Amino acid sequence: MKFRDEYRDAEAARRMVEAIARTVTRRWTLMEVCGGQTHSIVRFGIDQLLPDTITLLHGPGCPVCVTPVSYVDKAIEIASRPEVILCTFGDMVRVPGTQGSLSTARSRGADVRIVYSPTEVLEVARAEPQREVVFFAVGFETTAPANATAAIQARREGLGNFSMLVSQVLVPPAITALLAAPDNHVQGFLAAGHVCTVMGYQAYRPIAERWQVPIVVTGFEPLDILEGIYRCIVQLEQGRAEVENQYSRAVRRGGNAVAQAAMDEVFQVTPRFWRGMGEIPDSGLGLSAAYADLDAERRFGSVTAKQETRGECMSGLVLRGERKPTDCPAFGKQCTPDHPLGVTMISSEGACAAYYRYRIHQRQAVTESE
Amino acid sequence: MTENTVAGLVCPLPESDTETIQLAHGGGGRMMDRLLQNIIRPIFDNEQLQRRHDGAALDVDAPVAFTTDSYVVRPLFFPGGDIGTLAVNGTVNDLAMCGARAQWFSVAMILEEGFPIASLRRIALSMRSAADETGVQLVTGDTKVVERGKGDGIYISTTGVGRIVARQPVGPERVRQGDVIIVSGDIGRHGIAVMAAREKLGFETPIASDCAPLSEPVLALLNSGINVRCLRDLTRGGLASAVVEIAETAGVSIVLQEKAVPVPDDVTAACELLGLDPFHVANEGRFVVFVAPEDVERAVPVLHRYPVSGNAAVIGVVEDGPAGRVSCVGSLGVARSIDMLSGEQLPRIC
Repeated sequence: MKFRDEYRDAEAARRMVEAIARTVTRRWTLMEVCGGQTHSIVRFGIDQLLPDTITLLHGPGCPVCVTPVSYVDKAIEIASRPEVILCTFGDMVRVPGTQGSLSTARSRGADVRIVYSPTEVLEVARAEPQREVVFFAVGFETTAPANATAAIQARREGLGNFSMLVSQVLVPPAITALLAAPDNHVQGFLAAGHVCTVMGYQAYRPIAERWQVPIVVTGFEPLDILEGIYRCIVQLEQGRAEVENQYSRAVRRGGNAVAQAAMDEVFQVTPRFWRGMGEIPDSGLGLSAAYADLDAERRFGSVTAKQETRGECMSGLVLRGERKPTDCPAFGKQCTPDHPLGVTMISSEGACAAYYRYRIHQRQAVTESE
Repeated sequence: MTENTVAGLVCPLPESDTETIQLAHGGGGRMMDRLLQNIIRPIFDNEQLQRRHDGAALDVDAPVAFTTDSYVVRPLFFPGGDIGTLAVNGTVNDLAMCGARAQWFSVAMILEEGFPIASLRRIALSMRSAADETGVQLVTGDTKVVERGKGDGIYISTTGVGRIVARQPVGPERVRQGDVIIVSGDIGRHGIAVMAAREKLGFETPIASDCAPLSEPVLALLNSGINVRCLRDLTRGGLASAVVEIAETAGVSIVLQEKAVPVPDDVTAACELLGLDPFHVANEGRFVVFVAPEDVERAVPVLHRYPVSGNAAVIGVVEDGPAGRVSCVGSLGVARSIDMLSGEQLPRIC
């Protein structure tokens, strides 16, 4: 397929791996931020092609994984009201709250609908004016513009039965939080290409400078990721810490101004609690004062922050890049996609799900040699 | 009237006296009799049905294969087929996978009150036309009606019987190290077609379901003396689930080559967009066949003779290794695991 196969070419990949191997002289630890990149790396075995001196850690870039339990609980509570239709993206329905998931709520009679885009939620709201239609809006900067546009459209049409339960998060504050952690050992970042198509990459410059880490805006295909790694390694070896754009076919310095304007109109920056990472200042988006009347928390009561429960699994450490999924004693044994203990195994973009899905045969080999 | 015409079949009788299914249509009385008399019997006109008996009396003089399946699909009509074509081809294909030629089948329909009779007629015509395509005959059936809101329009259950033509047993227990795996065509069309129709995804070019009978190529393989070890049609769960299931039952390891698996560009694009793996997407007219290594050269051309398997390709081999392990060598030469689909297939967020 054009525009895809050329980024999966084995020969080009081999040349890039060789270039990386020629460049690297010591151990380096990099983190890819986005769950989509993690999946590409594990699926294509990119980490296995790299020299042993390069360690890839998987970052917190899975929107489902970082949504706090308290929001899932609130969504279930709202969905369980008879007058409510709760709409959300597919992945979100499997995530367990304190008592069951949206999927189990649906089986108990809640009207939970999976949508592919926020405009579908508006269609539901138009078609069912007597019901309260609540959109569980989650995601990074990638989903925020479309979600904001839905709010603007709902306001324009006067859809009084539409509201949003917002759990939007932002990438740069999370990178800062990781770097500020006392035990951080990430030395360079592959920033998420799709997020930067919306936001541009200006926000990363102060981070690269303040923490002296190279940040390379990177795409999602194998060759994109290999090139992102190469550029990061070149900077590290040369002692530079700059922001570079590998994904220039999609990303402009300033991002998408129209998308940003929609976000600015509807949302305001707020502190946000991340599952596995705790509260991070200025890391979320909430509805701005002008759109506060669309806030589902106003209509159905606000989300009460709860202490995250600690289970047998180490998904928090995986989300922070401190552990690999395979380091977890429960991985692939008590914890599988059919019986997940942690959110990183549930979401299709979670790191544990990626390892389980693409590396079972390696896990079996380990078990057999034990 | 296009509603009453499928593949050249025309229903000559006038519309029945109501336009929608009513509870009384399932009551066993006059209304039900009229429904059968006006819609079902004229479409599936044959001796067995004309006898209006409680069951069919069949003359079986050889080993037979016997299978049953239920069909629930939304939407009922989608590009490339409908619930009726699925119900007939599904049963025909299950019998083909047992090395049998479908001969007779039964149909049980559960109709929801309010279901348009025109849709029932259209589905029945599709079933007749699918049945004619493979020469399988409807010999007995049943209809029930449930209250409005208690069904999804129509549910269909079919059961089929077919005479076994394979000279030796076909099944996972015969799979051996070294066997070669062939897929009969490109994968993923049915799942994407139905998902796109259901969710109104509005792709520029609509993807049509691959729903089709597989008996012709399968019987040709069996009749040409090729050492067919195992057959499996790819349905829900896709190629991945079928191959993993065989690897587990046969107690073997399987290695697939990603580049060799035919995936249409539009399916690839839809999967990229939705975050789905084509290996897990449903098919309704594709199968995998395991053949002895010395027979591959003969098997592929046999499959290529039929349009439904015109893109058949060798995609992998059975290797020595732990039971149930399936891996796939990707475009960069690194192997990844292949597992069955876990839970329902859900689109990703971004």
